[in-house]
Order: sequence, then C-alpha cells, then structure tokens
Amino acid sequence: MEEYNLTCIRCPMGCALRVSVAGDEVTVTGNTCPRGADYGRQEVTAPVRTVTSTVPVTGGQIPVVSVKTAGDVPKDSIFDVMRDIRSASVTAPVKIGDVIVRNAGGTGTDVIATKAVGIKD
Amino acid sequence: MIRRDIVIIGGGPAGLAAAVAAYDAGSRDILVIERDDRLGGILNQCIHNGFGLHTFKEELTGPEYADRFISQLTDRGIEYKLDTIVTDVSDTRCVTYMNGSEGVVTIEAGAVILAMGCRERPRGALGIPGFRPAGVYTAGTAQRLVNIEGKCIGKRVVILGSGDIGLIMARRMTLEGAKVLCVAELMPYSGGLQRNITQCLDDFGIPLLLSHTVSRIYGKERVTGIDISEVDENRNVIPGTEIHYDCDTLLLSCGLLPENELTRQAGISIDRVTGGPDVRDDLETSAEGIFACGNVLHVHDLVDYVSQEASRAGQMASEFVSGRKRDHLSYLKVETSGGIRYSVPQYISPKEMEDSITVRFRVDKVYRDRKLCVYLGTTKLREQRKNIVKPGEMEQVVLLKKDLGSASGTDTIRICLED
Repeated sequence: MEEYNLTCIRCPMGCALRVSVAGDEVTVTGNTCPRGADYGRQEVTAPVRTVTSTVPVTGGQIPVVSVKTAGDVPKDSIFDVMRDIRSASVTAPVKIGDVIVRNAGGTGTDVIATKAVGIKD
Repeated sequence: MIRRDIVIIGGGPAGLAAAVAAYDAGSRDILVIERDDRLGGILNQCIHNGFGLHTFKEELTGPEYADRFISQLTDRGIEYKLDTIVTDVSDTRCVTYMNGSEGVVTIEAGAVILAMGCRERPRGALGIPGFRPAGVYTAGTAQRLVNIEGKCIGKRVVILGSGDIGLIMARRMTLEGAKVLCVAELMPYSGGLQRNITQCLDDFGIPLLLSHTVSRIYGKERVTGIDISEVDENRNVIPGTEIHYDCDTLLLSCGLLPENELTRQAGISIDRVTGGPDVRDDLETSAEGIFACGNVLHVHDLVDYVSQEASRAGQMASEFVSGRKRDHLSYLKVETSGGIRYSVPQYISPKEMEDSITVRFRVDKVYRDRKLCVYLGTTKLREQRKNIVKPGEMEQVVLLKKDLGSASGTDTIRICLED
C-alpha cells in the first residue's frame, strides 16, 4: 500500500489530504467535501489542472484577454496547451465564454475567454 | 450640497458586494465611486481560477467572479462613477471626489462604506541594499503588466516573498516561458496558501527557500543578478551564505497593506495590527455611519470572504440609513492573546448583534495541535481543536448571541490558543 500526503487545490481551503493506494483501491481522508475526495483520487492516478493565461486582442479596449481551459486538462499537457495559447490571437469584441482555441494541445478541451473586451473607440 | 443615502468608496469586490447588499436591504440611492476605468478592482488582473466556490458554488477566474457582481450591480441599476478619485472623507460623512467631467464635488452621505482595498509593500519599505535598476517589480504590478497590458517583463526571475500573488506570478511567468529560479522567504514559513505552493511552485519544480532574503541586487540600468542569503532567527543575514543568481527580474511579494489614507483623514480609529479601522460587529468604524469591509479592513486570503463581509456592511449601512440606532455603550472589546494577532470585528455588542457573528483572525506563527479557546470574562465559551494554524491562512470562529447574553459591561471577549 502506498500513502500520499497532498494539499487539495480544488478550493482555497487547501485541505490536507491523506491518500492510500492499495491496488485499484484508493482511499482519501482529510477532505471536507466530495471535491476533495475526487481530487485525491485523481491526483494519484491521473493528475489534472485548469490552465489560465492571456491571448492578444486586435482592436480591443485592452491589449489582451484572459482565457482558461473550459475544463481540466492532464497535468502533463500544460505546456502543450500553453503552446497553442501563446500562438493564438483574437479580434474584438470578445465575450466571456467565447472559444479562443479549439482542442488546445490535443487535449480535446477548448480554451475560452474569461473577460469581455469591447471594441476600441 | 448634494445628498446621497449610501456612498461606497471603491468598486472592487468589496464595494460591489456592499452595493448589491445595500440595494437588496431596501436602499435605492446608492453611489459607487471607482478610481480605475472599470469596475472589478484587483479581480481584473487575477486571471487564475479558484474564486467563487463559496459564493457561486463553481470555480471561476477573477474576471469572471467580478463580472457576476458587476452584472448584479447593473441589473439593479445602481449608479457608479469611474475614473473618479475620492480626496476626502469627513467624520460627518461628507465625501469629496474629483474627476475630469465634474471637477471637485462634495456629497453629504447618509452612510459611507469604505472599500478601498490594499496596496503592496514596496521595495522602499523592505530595505534591500543595492542600486535601483529596472527589473524590480512588486508582484501585483508585474501581474497587471502581464495579464492586463500583455507585456513581457523578464526572462529569468527571482521572487522575494511567498505571498499568494508572488506564488501565482511564479506559475504565470513560467507558463509565459520565463525561468523562475526560486522564491525566497524571509520568515521560516510561507505567507501564502499551501494550495498555491502546491500548484504554483511544486508543479513546476520551483524551489521555496525559507529563512532567506535578497542581500544584494546587481546591475545599474537593468537587474543583472542578485544574491540570496540565509537569515538567522532574528532575520539578520548570515554572512557567507549568499548564493548568486543571474537574473533580469526580481518580483517582490512581501505583504499587503490596507489603504487607509482617507480613513485616517477622517480621524477614524485604526487598529495598529491590521492597519485597518477598528470595527464593531456591524462593521461600523469609530465614526458613526461609516462602515468598512474587504481588504481596507484587514487583508483577506479569499475573495469569497470579502464578498460575505462586504454584504454585511452593505446591509448594515442600509439599516443605519433607515434609522436603526445602536446602543454604543453595550460593546465589549474582543481581546486576542496566546499567538492570535488580531480579530475583526474588534468590538461586539451582545445586545445588538445578530444571532451569530463570524470573528476572523490571524496567528503570529505556525502552531500545531493547539486548542482555540473563547472566553467571556473568565468563563470558557468555546474550545475547538486545531491541528495546524498558519499566519498565511485566516482563521475564523463563530460566536453566538445566546452565549454572550450574560455579559456585563466590564467583561471582555478573549480569543486565544492554548496547549
């Protein structure tokens, strides 16, 4: 049996988790909500992260728009996702939720805008 | 003179939540004054996720969290002014502001809510020796340059201070292709949330050097390198321990200071530990009808708690304007000891308080296996086990009106850690 001490990153509570792995059996303790149990299980099997960044906007009120992956992506793919984000650009106007990059880094997850950017006057 | 029921200074997370709550409590004549060119405050540059789990039951980024509250504000038709700076607040609730279209205007307010937020501790306050080359930024300034203005600020980065913004920027700079060499922290513990150490440093193999500080900055035009040295228990540099890093950028994440120039101008009593005003359980300051909430009151880790606190300030301000008067003689002082540095609120009225009140506080260092105890006079009201408490993570305890009912005017409420 393997034991891991993790800090849950699903919310700023940052619960101290103790995760035991015995074959296919994963037990999580120390969590204060179901999200913590999911995180603990996920983190020792296939860790995932949400990636956030910015993308340049042409003709916008501000030069860049903030973006995020619409869901979690495998931790190993963070830099593949970033490569696609860093080569992307968008034209104003942008609405929250607009898809900025499809299938970022081949993860099957889109990158979407998290801020509205109007057209520059 | 122009009269408004409620004037809110600051259109960040605290000001927005206060305005919405004041409206929902029945007030209609509300004005939010914001000095930036948009509402949302610091949330606009906090593009990372992790906001809103308490408030909206989903994980949002900063700009998305701000957008939810801005929509609530505009849906209610609450008035706000942008590009407008408040220059004076009096203890009689006269608020003077100025902007490019109206010039200087003074408003008489029924109630004022202070929601000006906080600022970063600058280099000048840290006493770092060396020249003053380009390439030294506070972490929040760097965050604004990268996330709002889209600038690239450096390629090889050292971060001094392990506050949350510094940790978040370590990850952000790494994702942008920079090399973050290390995060040095003067104290023997981090000032940031453990989850940020996990996901911003550990995920990318960035070392956190505790009990270390910057002992020299090299470069005259631009930073060319820095020395990091170990410090002793008195936080003095230990000679001969310096490690040299070739770098072009130094970020400073060394604490946040509530921004209370206006509060001081109004002659409002300031808590010397928090740097924010003393408040009662209704978030009223020492000046009648002037309330405070958010980071201007004390620096929070979580915007969700800022929103909760600000909602109460909005509601209380609305009740004050409607004529609710409190018995000012009924307040008990909340004292803190045994490792607890401060509490907010600082005063509670057992007679006037709601059925329960959340008291928030911070400790002065890391403690393990302690009991959090609350006393009324010499009577122990509450005892709660704490496996670990850290200065970087705000703690809270809920006090009930029914437990405080027996208080006499000379009693104090005391919150402390015990073995």
